[in-house]
Formats: sequence, C-alpha cells, structure tokens
Amino acid sequence: MINKLLIANRGEIAVRVIRTAQRMGIQTVAVYSAADQFAQHVKLADEAVFIGPAPSNESYLVIDKIIAAAQQTGADAIHPGYGFLSENEAFAERCAAENLIFIGPPTSAIAAMGSKSAAKAIMSEAQVPLVPGYHGEQQAADFLLAEAEKIGFPVLLKAAYGGGGKGMRIVANKAEFQEALEGAQREARAAFGNDKILVEKYIGNPRHVEIQVFCDQHGHAVYLAERDCSVQRRHQKVIEEAPAPGIADATRKAMGEAAIRAAQAIDYVGAGTVEFLLDEDGSFYFMEMNTRLQVEHPVTEMVTGQDLVEWQILVASGAPLPLQQEQIQVSGHAFEARIYAEDPAHEFLPSTGVLNHLRTPAESAYLRIDSGVVEGDEVSAYYDPMIAKLIVWGETREIALGRLIAGLNQYRIGGVKTNIDFLRAIARQPQFQAVELSTRFIEYHQQQLFAASAELDLDYYATLATLAEASYEQQHSDRNQVWSQLQGFRLNQAAVYQLDLLHNEQLVQVELERSGDGWVNRRQPQQHYQVTRQDDGLQVRCNGQQQTVYVFHSGHDVTVFTEQASVTFTRHLVADTLTPSAAAGSLAAPMNGTIVQVLVKPGDSVEAEQALVIMEAMKMEYTIRAPVAGTVTEVYYQAGDLVADGAELLSLEEDAE
Amino acid sequence: MTVLKSTVNPNDATFIANHEAMTAVVDDLRAKLAVIQQGGGPKYQERHLARGKLLPRQRIDKLLDSGSAFLEIGQFAGFECYEEDVPAAGVVAGIGTVEGVQCMIIANDATVKGGTYYPLTVKKHLRAQDIAARCRLPCIYLVDSGGANLPRQDEVFPDRDHFGRIFFNQANMSAQGIPQIAVVMGLCTAGGAYVPAMADESIIVKEQGTIFLAGPPLVKAATGEEVSAEELGGADVHTRISGVADHYASNDEHALALARRSIARLNFQPAQPLQPSAVKPPRYPADELYGIVGTDLRKPYDVHEVIARIVDDSDFDEFKQNYGTTLVTGFARIHGYPVGIVANNGILFSESAQKGAHFIELCAQRKIPLVFLQNITGFMVGKKYEAEGIAKHGAKMVTAVSCAQVPKFTVLIGGSYGAGNYGMCGRAYDPTLMFMWPNARISVMGGEQAAGVMAQVTGDNLRRQGKEFSAEQEQALKQPIIDQYERQGHPYYASARLWDDGIIDPAQTRDVLGLSLAAANNAPIEATRFGVFRM
Repeated sequence: MINKLLIANRGEIAVRVIRTAQRMGIQTVAVYSAADQFAQHVKLADEAVFIGPAPSNESYLVIDKIIAAAQQTGADAIHPGYGFLSENEAFAERCAAENLIFIGPPTSAIAAMGSKSAAKAIMSEAQVPLVPGYHGEQQAADFLLAEAEKIGFPVLLKAAYGGGGKGMRIVANKAEFQEALEGAQREARAAFGNDKILVEKYIGNPRHVEIQVFCDQHGHAVYLAERDCSVQRRHQKVIEEAPAPGIADATRKAMGEAAIRAAQAIDYVGAGTVEFLLDEDGSFYFMEMNTRLQVEHPVTEMVTGQDLVEWQILVASGAPLPLQQEQIQVSGHAFEARIYAEDPAHEFLPSTGVLNHLRTPAESAYLRIDSGVVEGDEVSAYYDPMIAKLIVWGETREIALGRLIAGLNQYRIGGVKTNIDFLRAIARQPQFQAVELSTRFIEYHQQQLFAASAELDLDYYATLATLAEASYEQQHSDRNQVWSQLQGFRLNQAAVYQLDLLHNEQLVQVELERSGDGWVNRRQPQQHYQVTRQDDGLQVRCNGQQQTVYVFHSGHDVTVFTEQASVTFTRHLVADTLTPSAAAGSLAAPMNGTIVQVLVKPGDSVEAEQALVIMEAMKMEYTIRAPVAGTVTEVYYQAGDLVADGAELLSLEEDAE
Repeated sequence: MTVLKSTVNPNDATFIANHEAMTAVVDDLRAKLAVIQQGGGPKYQERHLARGKLLPRQRIDKLLDSGSAFLEIGQFAGFECYEEDVPAAGVVAGIGTVEGVQCMIIANDATVKGGTYYPLTVKKHLRAQDIAARCRLPCIYLVDSGGANLPRQDEVFPDRDHFGRIFFNQANMSAQGIPQIAVVMGLCTAGGAYVPAMADESIIVKEQGTIFLAGPPLVKAATGEEVSAEELGGADVHTRISGVADHYASNDEHALALARRSIARLNFQPAQPLQPSAVKPPRYPADELYGIVGTDLRKPYDVHEVIARIVDDSDFDEFKQNYGTTLVTGFARIHGYPVGIVANNGILFSESAQKGAHFIELCAQRKIPLVFLQNITGFMVGKKYEAEGIAKHGAKMVTAVSCAQVPKFTVLIGGSYGAGNYGMCGRAYDPTLMFMWPNARISVMGGEQAAGVMAQVTGDNLRRQGKEFSAEQEQALKQPIIDQYERQGHPYYASARLWDDGIIDPAQTRDVLGLSLAAANNAPIEATRFGVFRM
C-alpha cells in the first residue's frame, strides 16, 4: 500500500502523475530545482522539496537528493516519470535498498534492456522477431563488413549502448562501410563511452508501431493495444496515434503476443513498451523495450479508457492487473501532438522564453491536454522544451484527426516560437490522412510541410495585425479616451492607421484607411476588410470570406494567429535600428594630457568603436575609439607625447559603404 | 436624462435636397483639401524626398503614436490669400498623441516656398502656440524653414504678433512648464535659429538640419568668410561643439524617434479637471446633419436635431426649456466629457440673451466647458426691443461669454452675423477652439442687408440732391456688395485668414469636439470672476 508518493520528475508528467495519485487518495511530494520554484508540479503537490540548481545533473538526476527528499518527507514510493532517472538501474537498486517502492520494473529488467545487444539476445531466445543482423562481441571492421554482406545492403550501424540517433549510420553499399563504421564508433565512444557497434538489416520504409504492455507481480501480463509513432523527426516522435491504422488484426495480435513474450522473458513488472519496426509486407521486428511509461501513453488511455498511472501504482503496491486481456477493449481512435517550444524554420532549434500568451482549446471527454505550464511560466534552456501534449479522441480516425486540427487551431502561444503550425501542416497533409505512414514521413513530405511557412503572405498577416490594433480600443490611459477611441482620426478625411512591422528582419509596412464600416489597405491589392470583435478574437471579412483571427501583443511583439499559421512581428522602432555614428566619436584629444598607448599603426583597418589611442589626463585614462570603420592613414603621436586639447591624434579614412 | 427624439424623415424631399447640397460643399472641401495636402506640389515634393527627407505630413504620421488621432488646425490657412499658392500657409499644425501625451505639433513644409514665413504662416504658428499654451500641450516643432519671407518683412517682422512672438511664446510656455521640443530637419536660419536654441530639448538631423543666425551667403557678404552650411551650423557642429542642439539624429525617422523618446521622458502630468464618463454614441447618425441643415441659411431647422447628433446617447437636459426659446441651452456629454451647450434656434431676443447669460454663469460656476452652436442673424431690432433694453440684455450675454474661464468651443453651423457673433463666442471672445461648417457664413451683417443699407443711404443722398436713383442703379450698386459679402463671408475666405481654426465636415463635429475637449482637459479650469452686468 502506497501512502505517500514522491514524483522524481518535473513538467507535464509530474503534473499528470500527481493528478492520478491525488485522485487515488495518495499524498504527493514534488521535487524541484531552482528553475522550477514556481512550476505547476510544485504548486499542485501536497509537499515539495528543493533539490538544487537548475541543471538536471545537479538536481533531477542526483539520486542522493531524490532519496533524501523521499526520506525527509516520509514518502514510501517514487514515481520516476519518463526520462531523468526512469530507466536508471542504479536508482532502482538504491530505492530497493532504502525500502522505497520504485514505480517501475525490477532492476534486472532495466539492466536487461539497457544494452541493445543483450536485449536482442534475450528476445531472440523468446522468439520475438528481430531484424536480421549481427549483435555479437566481435568488432573487427572486416568481420562486421562480412556480416553486413551476409545480411545484405543497405545495413544500419548502431551503437550497442545508445539511443537518440547518436552513433547510428545507414550504409548503402560496401564502399561506404569503412568510413561509416569509424564515424559510428567515434560518436558512440563520445556519447556513451563504449564504441561497440551492431549491424542490422536496414528497413527503408518502416512504420514505428509499439505495444503497451503491463505486467503485475503475480506473473500476469496484458497488452493494451498498440500505438503508431511513425511521424518522427530525427527519432523524436512528433504525432502519435492509437490504434495503429491500417493493420490486419492478425498482425496486431501477433505483435501484442510477441510483446508479452518479450516482457515475460525478462520477468517484467509494471508498464513497458515494446517498439517494433513494421515493414511494408507486414513483418515486424523488435527494436527495443522501454522500461517506463512513455510520453505518448495518453493515446492508449484514450482508446482503452484506462489510467495507466493508476495501473502502475496498483501494480507497484502488489495488486493484480485491473483487467485481463480479453477485458481490454479498444474504442475509437486517438492522436497526440507534442507541442514544443522550437523553431521549425530553423532546424527546430529550441526556443526559450516566457509563455506570455497561452490559450488552449477547451478540455472535454474527447480532448485532453497534458501540460506542466500555464501562461506566464518560462520555457528554460535547462530542460526539454515541450510545452504540452494535445490529445484527442474520436469515434473514427477521421473524426479524431478533425479534432486534432481544430484543437491545434485553437492552441495559441505567444512568447516563444512553437511547432504548432508544423504539427498542423502534418495533420493536414493528405498522405497523413490517407495513412501513408513511415518513419520517413517528414523527410518525404518536407517540401510541402515547410512550404506553408515559407510562403506566408506577410503583407496579409501584417494587415491583420494592424486591423486588430485599429479595432481594439487601446487605452493608454483614461485621459486619452477619445484619442484612443477615434483610431487614426483625420480632419475632413478618412481615418488612417499605419504600422511598420518587422518579421525576420523584413520590413512590412501597412497603411489602412477607413472606408465605410471597414478598412481598405492603401497598398496593392486594395482589399476591403470588415472587422468585428468576437470574444477575444476578430472576425475578419475580406472578399466575401470570413476568418477568425487572434492577435496577441507582448511588448513590441505582435503575434497573429489564423487557422493556417501564426506569425510574430516586431514593431519597427527606428531608435533601435539606428545609432548615431559620426558624432559619436572624434579623433581629437578630449583635453590636455599624455599619450599612454597607441594601439594602431598606419594602414591598419579598424572597426567602428575599436580602441585606437589611450591617453591620460587628470589622473584618468581616456580611450579614443574609431567613430566609423575605416583605415588608419596617419598617426601623429606616440606614447609619452603630451597633447593639447583638441589636437587630432591620428587620421582615419572611412570605408566606402 | 432626457433623450432627444428626432422627427427627421430621411425620405423627405427637402431632406434629400439638403443632403445633396451639403454633400456637394463637403466634397468641394475635401477636394480642395486634397490639393492643399500636396504642399508645394509633386515637383517640390520629389525634390524634397530625393534629399532623403520626409514630407511634413509623413513626419507627423511617424511622430504620432500608431493610430493616434490628429486634430489639424488651419488647414485652409493662406488659401487664395497671396498671388502665389501657399498651401496650409506652409506649415502643418495640429494636436496628436506622442507616447500617449497629447502634443501640439508644428511642422514647416519646405516644399512650400522653402517653408518661409508668410504673414499667415506666422499667424498660424502663433495660433497653434496659443492653443498649446491654453491647453498646456507640449509643443514639438519640426523645423524646416528658410525663416521670414523677406519680400513681406513688414508684415512678418516688426509687430507684436509677428515672428518674434514665436520665441516669446516658447520662453513663456517653457516658464509655465509646457515642454518645448525642436527637431531641426532642414534649414533653421536667422530668427528661425531661435526655435531650437530656445527649445527645452532639441534634435538635429545629420546633413539635413542646419542652424545659424546667418547663412553662408550672408556670412560671405558680411565678412568674406567662405564656409559650407554643414560646417557653419550642421548637426555635428551643434551637438559636439556649440551645444545649440542636444541630440544627433542619423535621418528624419531617427530624429522623430528621438523626439518620441524625449516626450516619453517628460514626466508631464495633465491637469484633467474633467473626468470623462463611459461614452455612448448618439442615437442618430451623424451624416443626417447634412439633410437637416442643408446649405440654404434662410431655411430654419430645429437645432435640437443637430444636438441629438452630437451629444452622447442624444441625451440633453435642457435648461429653461420654455423661456427665451430662440436660444437652446442645456447640459450633455460629448465623448464622455460634460458640456454646456448654447445653440441658436432663431433670432436673439432679450429673454434669450438673459437666459444665455444665466446659463454661461452656471457653467462657469460649475467649471463645465461650453459649446456654442452658432447660427445667428443677430439680435432682434425695432423700437419695442430697443425700449425693453435689448442692448443691455445682449451686453449681459457678451459679458458672460467674455469672462467665463471654462474651455469654450464654438462651431459656426450656419450664419454668424453682427452682435450675434459676439454673444455666441465669436473669434474675439477667445474660444479655445473654433470651427466652421462649410455651409456657414460670417460677416458683420448679411450681404442683402448690407447692400440694402448701402442702397438706402445712397438713394437718400441722391434724392436729397434731387437726383434719381433707378431700380437699375440700385441693383448695380447692390450686386457688387452682395458678391463681396458672399466672397468674404465664405468659410474658405474666413478660414484662410484664420478667423477660425478650421472648416470641418459636419459629420465629424462630435469627434472634433471630443478631441478638443480632451485637449483642453490638459489644463486646469480657473475660477471665473465676471465683470459688471448691466441690470
């Protein structure tokens, strides 16, 4: 029986675990780093323990601190979430040693699955289908090449102890093998401290289908349907769904049973996921087993109606599985989209900052949001930049997909860049709708997926931003009531509204003129816009078409959300872009003094603001800097010289622009 | 509250005819304004732009907050006053918000005769300063002017309200804590040099702005020294060596951004004696004013219909509704601000004049701004009225109007003749702002009446000499007088000479008044002390 549960994690998963624990009447303890002082999981938990600085290797990854927090608060169990210590053998062992219930599999199971090659050997024995390959200890290049030829090109080289795509190479033919192997070994050594490499048959166009399994301490095991996580970007799952569409029931059953065999082969307990590659011909191969709760577990929950965290807690308390295999029903279809603070236009670089605007679709029986943040929270550089998981359910895949798109349309985030437009582009991609899935989906369709953002009509979005400003009563203060209500009033003329906006350093200028009850864009094309406010959005009518638009302001930034995309502009502020130059500096001595040092010589080319001469006067040092970029033509003094106020110290020829 | 009930029928033939007639004069107003706003015309504008400078109206747009209203004054100043065209008298002026602060902006138009000061340029500049001083509006001068118009030096230099008054005003406004900011964006020569020099803070644009007491030609003539304008008084000289200017700007846009920055740092607190309440629009559309009023000044209409289209929620609580009914007085709100409205609804009688004086006293006592809607042929004449002392009753109203210390706003919505103009706060009575509808007329009396008086006097003289005065002779005498009065009483003629602050589209009256009230609300309202009322 668990009375008090410590959650050794943060963000959405911590929140999600706390919610279930609280519903089950279990006291909860959160742990937090300096960066998470005000985080949602801390607010939500009954107790919270500070565990150190922001970097996770000084807080969330420090086993001693987690254990101490559990002991200090009297917790009797620890839920590791995913990531961090969730698959850390030493941590599980330590929990056992300290008499704390680790909500996860036995240490031995973690260990068995920690090494890919060892895992495969076990699976092979348990008759779980494996990708043909060599997983042995021999690592000589010639030997591995021979193995590769035996398997048949193309082959895949993988680090035995690794993941996340590091130490991984696809080799198309024999000629590329040597170089690829060395590269993979190098990366594996650097990343995992071990350069052991596996060779496998490379499956060109597979789907990623995984089975959720659950085992209790009494030897029972079930599988809770499968998930398709084929839409991936560099081995990062982007959109997941359950059940996997377009799969024969026989295949589904075979995969489920193979997954159970896999779990039982390592005496598994708790929630686990067995990942398979599903080839186009319906054959499937064991990839790996994740000995934890997966990020994408909610899609399984949505189609089975079960709470997997509740199951985890029950199983860890020693209870039998709540359901038997035949009692597990799959109903409808579910999607999960991972909403990240990242910039798809710039290689998905994480985007950090304050979520100063956050509007989400309403949660309901078929729409769920798992998130650890609220408006005003910060996405820091210390942790995974996932903002939320949007999970939807529908009676059919089509209905669920419609709800996914609608949900993404209503998801509006300002302050950081997000992948929402990218997720929407995927959801709208006809091949996605037609279940033409493979792990290379994004790669295949990248042109269409990225075109949407590249071909944005910036003038249109800038016009929307301006319309919003012109339509909202901006209240500087009460004293300017009339001045702000009569937007752009001009005597004996139509009102005007001008806005200069920047998007990725591109200047977009908008000039609107009042016309009837709407506005006309003065620039080409001269469209007429009618705007009505609706809740916190705007209904914009143009050319007989109506669109709902949301505009959010933050400081000098303005973000426009439509059903197609969101675009963030910055107000063009001249003072920010121009700094006075010519008058800023002079080459003359500012007062009588002594030259301390001459830093340049004739012929030197110098940057603006570069130090040229240092002189001393009245016990102070003065640095004479280049007012502009240029070339030094002459130097009139040297160190030690006395100079008079106003004397030119050197001459500089300005670079031609 | 009393909501006015309109009885206007927009399908009525007279309404339609009126609407068309007013539309025609408003269209003409707009067309003429469009030309005026072209400043010196395409040739000079292109030359100006080619120098990397912005046009004055572009400068103002960039200086103002995005979406700020701009209440321009004196749009028609100088219109057909000189042999050459001097659109807007070569200077654009008006009120707008900069960083949320209402400011008076005065921008020279260098495309109009080099931005030199004609007599009406001076008058407009001084008028803008006068408004700023009264409303306590920070002033931003966008200087780009060759200084006084030399051929007309006698009309711009020596007198009290000539060029020198500009600097007198700057000094005194500064003394009163009304910020004075100058942005030198072009020439700023001779007397003009004092605009930045006397400003609290000044900005100058690199390679565009120059400040000097004497330009290179005069220097050469005086001392033989040869020097370029930039060396003599450019941005570098004045921000680095002379200290005549404070901020160095790379170009026009940068200069305007620096001006905005200065305003943002003013720590300027408007007095705000009035607290605006929530705004409700009138219950009737503003453009119906066209159909109600029309352009034929002889056709009477009920001024309540006008008030119903100007005040918030058409809510008007009338004062002395049943007494002296040719003058309508009452309380209302415009864009949330409380006002007392004084509006003509016929000729002024003794009772209406006394009622007007009483009501103005009330507003002064309560510190409620006054709005005069002027449509007045004058006070009633005749033996009976002189005998009952209409002159002293009229005098009471004039005394009240003269002394009332509340903001006063006058709109000429029809005729403005004779002493009626005085009692209804004509220009001489210092309204804070004064506007004219394009159908209005202003003169000492109507053209017909003046011609009639002249014909009467001439006829009497001729007849005394035993000469004949035929109907043809009479007509020949009268017509030029009628024509002269029509020409000189026309809004274009009046506004060109700054007898008012601008001609306005009747449909914008409410908004213009709202902005004016908000502008006046920057200044405190002083207590009124009235002169002796003749009883």
